[in-house]
Amino acid sequence: MEQLSGGDMIVRALEDEGVEYIFGYPGGAALHIYDSIFKANSVPHILVRHEQAAAHAADGYARATGKPGVVLVTSGPGATNAITGIATAYMDSIPMVVISGQVQSHLIGEDAFQETDMVGISRPIVKHSFMVQRTEDIPSIIKKAFYIATTGRPGPVVVDVPKDLTHPEHKFDYEYPESVSMRSYQPSTKGHSGQVRKAARLLLNAKRPVIYAGGGVIQGEGSELLTQLARKLNYPVTNTLMGLGAYPATDRQFLGMLGMHGFYEANMAMHHSDVILAVGARFDDRVTNTVSKFCPGAKIIHIDVDPASIAKIVPVDVPIVGPVTTVLKDLDAQIDQQQASSERTMPDAEAIADWWSQIDNWRAAHGLWHGRRYGESDLIMPQDAITALYEATNGEAYVTSDVGQHQMFAAQYYKFDYPRRWINSGGLGTMGFGLPAAMGIKLAMPDAEVACVTGEGSIQMNIQELSTCAQYNVPVKIVNLRNNYLGMVKQWQDMQYDSRYSESHYASSLPDFVKLAEAYGHVGMEIKDKADLEPAIYEAFAMKDKLVFLDIFVEPDEHVYPMHVAPSGAMKDMWLSKTERT
Amino acid sequence: MRRILSVLMENEPGALSRVVGLFSQRGYNIESLNVAPTADNTLSRLTLTTTGDDLKIEQITKHLNKIIDVVKVVDLTEGAHVERDTLLVKVRAEGAQRDEVKRTTDIFRGNIIDVGPATYIVQLTGPIDKLDSFLSALGEAEILEVVRSGVAGMARGEKVLTI
Repeated sequence: MEQLSGGDMIVRALEDEGVEYIFGYPGGAALHIYDSIFKANSVPHILVRHEQAAAHAADGYARATGKPGVVLVTSGPGATNAITGIATAYMDSIPMVVISGQVQSHLIGEDAFQETDMVGISRPIVKHSFMVQRTEDIPSIIKKAFYIATTGRPGPVVVDVPKDLTHPEHKFDYEYPESVSMRSYQPSTKGHSGQVRKAARLLLNAKRPVIYAGGGVIQGEGSELLTQLARKLNYPVTNTLMGLGAYPATDRQFLGMLGMHGFYEANMAMHHSDVILAVGARFDDRVTNTVSKFCPGAKIIHIDVDPASIAKIVPVDVPIVGPVTTVLKDLDAQIDQQQASSERTMPDAEAIADWWSQIDNWRAAHGLWHGRRYGESDLIMPQDAITALYEATNGEAYVTSDVGQHQMFAAQYYKFDYPRRWINSGGLGTMGFGLPAAMGIKLAMPDAEVACVTGEGSIQMNIQELSTCAQYNVPVKIVNLRNNYLGMVKQWQDMQYDSRYSESHYASSLPDFVKLAEAYGHVGMEIKDKADLEPAIYEAFAMKDKLVFLDIFVEPDEHVYPMHVAPSGAMKDMWLSKTERT
Repeated sequence: MRRILSVLMENEPGALSRVVGLFSQRGYNIESLNVAPTADNTLSRLTLTTTGDDLKIEQITKHLNKIIDVVKVVDLTEGAHVERDTLLVKVRAEGAQRDEVKRTTDIFRGNIIDVGPATYIVQLTGPIDKLDSFLSALGEAEILEVVRSGVAGMARGEKVLTI
């Protein structure tokens, strides 16, 4: 059998896993591994400028491709810098394997140079973690790490490796295991058939149904099945922020996003529904508004691969634990069977038609895509910038975002027709996510258009990655909606703090982003006039091999609407503009 | 309502911290905790008492099951079960109290396992209410130190928690 050092084993195992990129940053405790990377020259490594960006880049890669992202960092600050990125992946259930160097075994616990208890510090934000104790265990631990990260409800797995175990002179047998079996980890592979039958009956008897689909549908590759099912039933669909693209946005049955900044028609339909089919969604507080007032007349069917997500927030009538694909297939078959049975259970056509006419009335009244205009200004409206981006990219770009108003505008106005195209930090809400995530996606799919929608606050949280983009020639397009404020903070300060802008204003100290982009060897464009918006975006995307930083000056006083009335409001309670509410 | 959860988990480093971390992270309460390897030394058995309504206990159970190192979780309070806690208490045993403490210990079927010139250590095993009653029955005797093992429990009869 082949004899390899611990460092070589790690690189070979990544190769055996089919890893396309390692995103990382070297340092003392990881140097043996880095030497193995150099010598093997097999898996490309992307040297980021900050470990947080390594995790976000791997995360973006994973979200867009469905394959696990791989991160390599050193001990101490390398590990702690990666923490925000790992937490981001954890909150959104993204498959990721993080390998962290650790100080030598005999120094652990002695407060050695660059020592931190990585397994301890990452414990609440990982699906699982391993501390390697013997070099011989490395192949099986890495195999398990990938298995755990990618199966069941996906998530990040940390493998912490003390430096002495990767020493080049200590060689052991290497064989990469073909399969894993763990008595303590057996994710569900199929939903309970009795529950599926109940769900089918409930759905077919619904009069005011809504399908509420979340990020789990995208992660679980269930978009196509969900779309088929919804179309067969002619039931309306709403997607969560994480679920955008799970159902095609331009389809007539799509109600838009739901929740805090969800569409009027989506939130109204949810509130007034009698049956909700929740798929791969987790009733997040940004969706439900006040839980005790959540959808009072609705019976809830909840499909999720993670039993702990079911009935965590809201009591559920028909819980189904299982992967969305198998459960949706079974549900679809069950619906056919019940329709063909002697009882011939069919949806109540009249009731469903009434429901649609009610929904159409809501759309006509306040639907964002149905003629409702936001405020007017001499300046560019942020929504128009997103619409221009949508047009220029035929609605087919991979769009990453940071966190804040620009994120909500992108979610509302870029109509995502395909899964895995909308890449944002929904759960943790991490500013600084967008650029490194875009980098990871563009590396995975060099021919695809990749745009990072951001704001001048967020972009500065990982702007150093402009350098990484220069090194590896990653021509993403940065769409900076510049309003000179921390926009979402300002919106809340306008709404709840009498416009006292506590620490949300920095206009006088912002850099010249055009020059900054140029300093890194990229292209910068400043857009101030409405007339320049569309041509500039087209021009930027025509520069296929250039990173273009579009610094778009937008109306600073615009707010994101609709917005849930909180605290104590229900789904249906929304601000529709600065002056109107439901 | 008080519940006793029995958890079978991999005898791996860090497994216990994942269980304990889960409770603090999600705001659940641990009243007592007892953990030791089983006859199969690759497995540890952990017994944990906590309080909560059905919904909360269901969530705790689900989250415990989600921990990769956890093999099985059972709520012992759902069925007939036995539970035992062991108490060691060091009491001042001087003058009249020396006899009094001995008598109370006998009544509760405890054992005096250490005799000092002015102190006893009493060992008592039983369900927690028995232990609590014993402590209050000590009355005027001065309690110097108390240590309890935490509840350990098992389902009665044929039911077995194993892999």
